[in-house]
Amino acid sequence: MASLQGYLIVSAGLFGIGAFGFMARRNAILMLISIELMLNSVNLSLVAFNAYIPGAHNAGAIFALIVMAVAAAEATVGLALVIAIIRTRQTPEVDEYDDLKE
Amino acid sequence: MLAIGILGGGLAVVTLRNVIHSAVAMMICFGSLAGMYALLGAPIIAAAQVLIYLGAISVLILFAIMLTQAGDASLPAPFHRQAPIAVVIALVVVGLVAWAAVSTPWHAASAAVGVAIEAVGNLLFTDYALPFEIIGFLLLAAIIGAIFLARRPEEDERAN
Repeated sequence: MASLQGYLIVSAGLFGIGAFGFMARRNAILMLISIELMLNSVNLSLVAFNAYIPGAHNAGAIFALIVMAVAAAEATVGLALVIAIIRTRQTPEVDEYDDLKE
Repeated sequence: MLAIGILGGGLAVVTLRNVIHSAVAMMICFGSLAGMYALLGAPIIAAAQVLIYLGAISVLILFAIMLTQAGDASLPAPFHRQAPIAVVIALVVVGLVAWAAVSTPWHAASAAVGVAIEAVGNLLFTDYALPFEIIGFLLLAAIIGAIFLARRPEEDERAN
């Protein structure tokens, strides 16, 4: 079923998986990976639209490249933040980060 | 086939108990995505996917996991208490987006039109030159920020 709808449904499924992972996992690194999954699903829909909608003029491919670059920057800074937090708190579980609650 | 790789890999990422297994499943998912980009006639995006995600981000995440894991003696429960609510919300989101994707008349072409690499290169330096420059600046800021954040405080004091 190589049609635009098929690609969009795969993209929606991947986005849902990423959203579930972000909301449900307790590990900070896993939450970052889930964000990457969501960004990838958006990229897939951009490229699919670029391939199937006439008159796209390659805009979708360029947007996808830009999203990839921004995702790389986000992953770099996010992982540096997570490593810094884990170094001070000695745990990757986000439930344990409750300093502001006390 | 590639869709199975993508969705199965993604499900494995969010459900596996060991974080390293999740990272490997994430690499499978990203590789299948690269194959799907190639199938859509966008080899430049597929190459960028392999370079950036499979090459750079996966290695970065694996490094972060190995730097932070204190040992695999005790694997804590992977999910929050609100996991059932998260399942419901995620399923609602998937259902709404899939319904919108199916019910909208897209006026789509019947076959995928490929992306010409030469045209992408030309557009990137003419029509999209400003976003291109902004991305260069953003990546510079990210590099500096990551170095600043990952530095140990003791080294800071030793330098002074």
